[in-house]
Amino acid sequence: MAKKTSADVRFLQGNEVCAEAAIYAGLRFFAGYPITPSTEIAERLSERLPKIGGRFIQMEDEIGSLCAVIGASLTGAKAMTATSGPGFSLMQEAVGFAVMAEIPCVIIDVQRGGPSTGLPTRAAQGDVMQARWGTHGDHAIIALTASNHQDLFRIVVDAFNFSEVFRSPVVLLLDEVIGHMREKVRVPAPGEIELTERLTTSVPRGVDYHPYFPREDGRLPMSDFGGVHRYNVTGLVHDMWGFPSDRPDVTNDLVHHLVNKIENRAEFLLRYREYHLDDADTVLVSYGSSARSALHIMENRRSVGMKIGLLELQTLWPFPEELVRHKCRGARCIIVVEMNMGQIVREVKAAVDNPQRVFLANRVDGTMITPNDIKNVMRIIEGKGV
Amino acid sequence: MPATDFLRTRFMPHLWCPGCGHGTVLGALLRAVERMALDRSSVVMVSGIGCSSRIEGYVDFHTLHTLHGRALAFATGVKLARPELTILVPMGDGDALAIGGNHFIHAARRNIDLTAIIMNNLTYGMTGGQSSPMSGFGELATTAPYGNPDAPFDAVQLATGAGATFVARSTTYHVQELSRILEQAIRHKGFSVVEILSQCPTYYGRKNNKGEAVEMLKWYRDTTIPVSAAGDTDGKIRIGVFVDVDKPEYTASYAAMEAAAAQGQEGRGGR
Repeated sequence: MAKKTSADVRFLQGNEVCAEAAIYAGLRFFAGYPITPSTEIAERLSERLPKIGGRFIQMEDEIGSLCAVIGASLTGAKAMTATSGPGFSLMQEAVGFAVMAEIPCVIIDVQRGGPSTGLPTRAAQGDVMQARWGTHGDHAIIALTASNHQDLFRIVVDAFNFSEVFRSPVVLLLDEVIGHMREKVRVPAPGEIELTERLTTSVPRGVDYHPYFPREDGRLPMSDFGGVHRYNVTGLVHDMWGFPSDRPDVTNDLVHHLVNKIENRAEFLLRYREYHLDDADTVLVSYGSSARSALHIMENRRSVGMKIGLLELQTLWPFPEELVRHKCRGARCIIVVEMNMGQIVREVKAAVDNPQRVFLANRVDGTMITPNDIKNVMRIIEGKGV
Repeated sequence: MPATDFLRTRFMPHLWCPGCGHGTVLGALLRAVERMALDRSSVVMVSGIGCSSRIEGYVDFHTLHTLHGRALAFATGVKLARPELTILVPMGDGDALAIGGNHFIHAARRNIDLTAIIMNNLTYGMTGGQSSPMSGFGELATTAPYGNPDAPFDAVQLATGAGATFVARSTTYHVQELSRILEQAIRHKGFSVVEILSQCPTYYGRKNNKGEAVEMLKWYRDTTIPVSAAGDTDGKIRIGVFVDVDKPEYTASYAAMEAAAAQGQEGRGGR
């Protein structure tokens, strides 16, 4: 009997999916520091990368890890680090450097309870605003998430692609549940998901290359360290040569460029899923593992005739205001489901036409929010009590 | 290629104060690079933050001006990704040994082939003359108006203890020897550390009555003694090459591990 070619289906932990999807996306350099609940990403890559000519290094701390990632990215390697809340806090100065110097890199934050050491082995989604505003100064950032392993694979590849298109750090915000849960995932065939490679300059040797001079489409072609073009990279405000400048016009142009290159392309960066929104008068808005419970209660309530739908966000930053406004228009009741004291709910309130109809269903005790928790919030809104 | 060809004169004049020692370090370094006839495109300079770290803007290499204290972490990423490149890492004393102390000892422990150049002016010059971990007991600084109450590091002992395989100290007075030591350090396969006493007449010198640049250079002349000199140092600072040993270098060890891992993959038929 002829051997059937079967799809590459595996039963993986979310953290393992991150490692495999990153390699699929072209990852060749990882630097990291052990921290629960993200450590399995480093463990798997320490085994996988040396076999494919990639580099793995366990650094002395998290900020050193992101610094090493940025250094490797400058040589042309697709590079990533992975951590959790405390490590992400320690990294923030280097996040700003990658924003300012426009160095592609991916940062996975498998969120746990906080603040501080918090609950290392428990679930939370408290780093949403840290991803947005954790580093100082005006900037834009890209942050993505997913609620199941099949989507996660795709989102990891998107993260690498976006980092190249925008020459920006991309934050992947997972949570302990997604990181440690095991689930079936079909690994896409090579070429099935399109990969964005580093855009390198076509300026030949001997001709001046301006590392920070945008093309007409806004992209900044790069030149690898070790290549023919020698240029300067700095975290200071800089001109098109990459040389420090404190001129008001140069500064103003740079800050606007760093924000606008991402904010103006929000539609391109938009990833989401929607369920039964067409006729929904109750709209759940959720993301990450919370969206699993939201999906469950939505299906349950649908089965008893309730007009309820779910908007699952995969792009958290830049926040998809237009999408949320559009999808929530006409809803009597909008419930944001998240595992924090209310981070995305603030953005939803700011986006929708009727913010007084926006409610929060949350849980911050380290336990995953359940479908019943969400049902209880709906009963309270309806005046039925729990 | 003359040493001046390694300069980005477009970005001059430089920002260092009159009498600063850092330009002397730049000259000694470029003459070392000139003697070695290094291809400019094979050299990456990675610096931190401070007066010293602005040196990278003026040299025509691949240059990376990073975060305060983190130069060695960035440099580790560059080197591991592209081991064939020559990596120079100039840092200040506060940069390398206060905020960057952790990266310093771990780069030394790994024995990764980077050349760490500590331009030690005994102060934080860029921020106006605060005390540094190298200032020394009793020294005056804008944050030590009654005399510094804490003791300094000995950078040579620190680097040696942490595992650096080439460790040297020199001064901006001993500029010919300094240039030769820098060449040795760059040629060395492994983590090399060169501590350079580089005068800051503007802040450290003025606060501590050390006089102008010339007086400070004479001070380096009169208070140092070669490492090879026999007997008691009589309170003087030893200069020269302290450590020069061969030990497995990190990226070479990594390459060997990578080759073994790749063979293992064939043996098991992949995942």
